[in-house]
Amino acid sequence: MQKRVVFKSLSLPYLLVLPQIAITLVFFFWPAYQALESSFFIEDAFGFSRDWVGLQNYLELFDDPGYLKSFRTTLVFGLSVTVLAMGMSLGLAVAANRVLRAAQTYRTLLIWPYAVAPALAGVIWYFLMNPSLGIVAYWLKGLGIEWNHYVNGRQALALVVVAAAWKQISYNFLFFLAGLQSIPKSLIEAAAIDRAGPVRRFWSITMPLLSPTTFFLLVVNLVYAFFDTFSLIHATTNGGPADATSVLVFRVYNTGFIGQDYGSSAAQSVVLMLLVVAMTFIQFRYVERKVNY
Amino acid sequence: MVENRPILNFLTHAVLILGVLFLCFPVWMALTASTHAPEALSKSPIPLWFGTQAWKNYSQLLTAGLPEAGGVPIGRMMLNSLVMALGITFGKIAVSILAAYAIVYFRFPFRMGFFWMIFVTLMLPVEVRILPTFDVVTKLGLLNSYGGLIVPLIASATATFLFRQFFLTIPDELVEAARIDRAGPVRFFIDILLPLSRTNIAALFIILFIYGWNQYLWPLLATTDEGLYTVVMGIQRMVNAGEQLPVWNYIMGTAVLALIPPVVVVVAMQKLFVKGLVESEK
Repeated sequence: MQKRVVFKSLSLPYLLVLPQIAITLVFFFWPAYQALESSFFIEDAFGFSRDWVGLQNYLELFDDPGYLKSFRTTLVFGLSVTVLAMGMSLGLAVAANRVLRAAQTYRTLLIWPYAVAPALAGVIWYFLMNPSLGIVAYWLKGLGIEWNHYVNGRQALALVVVAAAWKQISYNFLFFLAGLQSIPKSLIEAAAIDRAGPVRRFWSITMPLLSPTTFFLLVVNLVYAFFDTFSLIHATTNGGPADATSVLVFRVYNTGFIGQDYGSSAAQSVVLMLLVVAMTFIQFRYVERKVNY
Repeated sequence: MVENRPILNFLTHAVLILGVLFLCFPVWMALTASTHAPEALSKSPIPLWFGTQAWKNYSQLLTAGLPEAGGVPIGRMMLNSLVMALGITFGKIAVSILAAYAIVYFRFPFRMGFFWMIFVTLMLPVEVRILPTFDVVTKLGLLNSYGGLIVPLIASATATFLFRQFFLTIPDELVEAARIDRAGPVRFFIDILLPLSRTNIAALFIILFIYGWNQYLWPLLATTDEGLYTVVMGIQRMVNAGEQLPVWNYIMGTAVLALIPPVVVVVAMQKLFVKGLVESEK
């Protein structure tokens, strides 16, 4: 936790932590406090007066079918992105761990999408799947699927899921690859001598030993899908059609900035904050303990 | 590899090639679409190969921008993105290395209090506390300035943690030696700790640069002045240009321009990038 040998100074340490603490206080604690405070008030449209309403904002939130639907959308979206991105990257990592030649080239070609902003990933896929000129939409038509995410809510959700997963594959790939490389070769060899085939070895040795990485990625991917994909949705479907892609983070923004309902938006912020805190807590608890056999 | 199985080898390469195609194809389409005239992109199927308008499209974008999106040259937006990304990167590194130094190398009242204050910021992304943060920045009069774009995003704990972890692995003997040589804390920091942290700083630089360059929501809120738009956020104005149909050749050109700098950084400094990513998260 701390060094055995330390420097002694009365003012220097305070001076050193001051910038970070100041920024944290002003741009973190103050806003968080304000969100908490205004979630207990209802403000009139012009911001002239506000009334203390206790928990009313929260109660209304959980009475609002739109909000509950948004919860469901977020869950479906988050799980789909996580399963898709993790499944594909696990396959790629297992394959990349097997090749001897050209391993470096493959890695380079697989990791660069990490650097692409979610918003850009969204816009590019939006273009590929554009019903009138997108090439993927054209191919889908060839397969007999009418693609139009402007009217079909399910397809709009599928569009943002694919774009979000596409962007996340590189990240998962790197962590899975690092995890695979840390598995001792001798274990795999011992199993091979006992005549366990590649499939058996994968399920009985690789997967269990990979479980800390898998669990870590599970939490990271869910957090990514819940919170970092706001830009992707905002730049493309804008929550529509008919709220089909309006995930929770998007709703906070929409209620606050477009709908100007500050009390409700603040209450939603607080709910989201609790969600993040819970997920971070779970992650730390289990990552510290290292899920393993 | 444990045994040699030709079918498995074939499968391995097939999976990898399919993966590479899946990842590269969208950007390939963006790249080719950005070199066509709008007419070529008006009927399906659109061409899969390059057109002839590359020079015209890109020079129009870089120097004049699109009238539908406020007419800000993309060159200008990219400059804004660069200033913001570098500001966030240097700001975060500077602020967090100092804080980590204080927390690891000094013993002072409220040390753990400060530590926990920094620790909780790890949990809340800007997206979750948008409205109140926007309020605070408005009250401070920081809207429409580079300061307003940069400073609120410097509040984050990841970098502090990374440095703290790293400092804890540095042997105590170094401090003892420095103290025997009568080096004070400032001297120790500049002459010993900073040079030792060089690789960590470089690795973190890449991660934070990408983080800064790819910011979207915050520039969207904190700037109403078109001269301050960043490119990742500016593209959204072209896609949702109201009544007009989106001009896809220009939009894809902008997307390509916006993704080149971070992608180049990742590919060129791959080794450091992987190190930075794997270490800053675990």
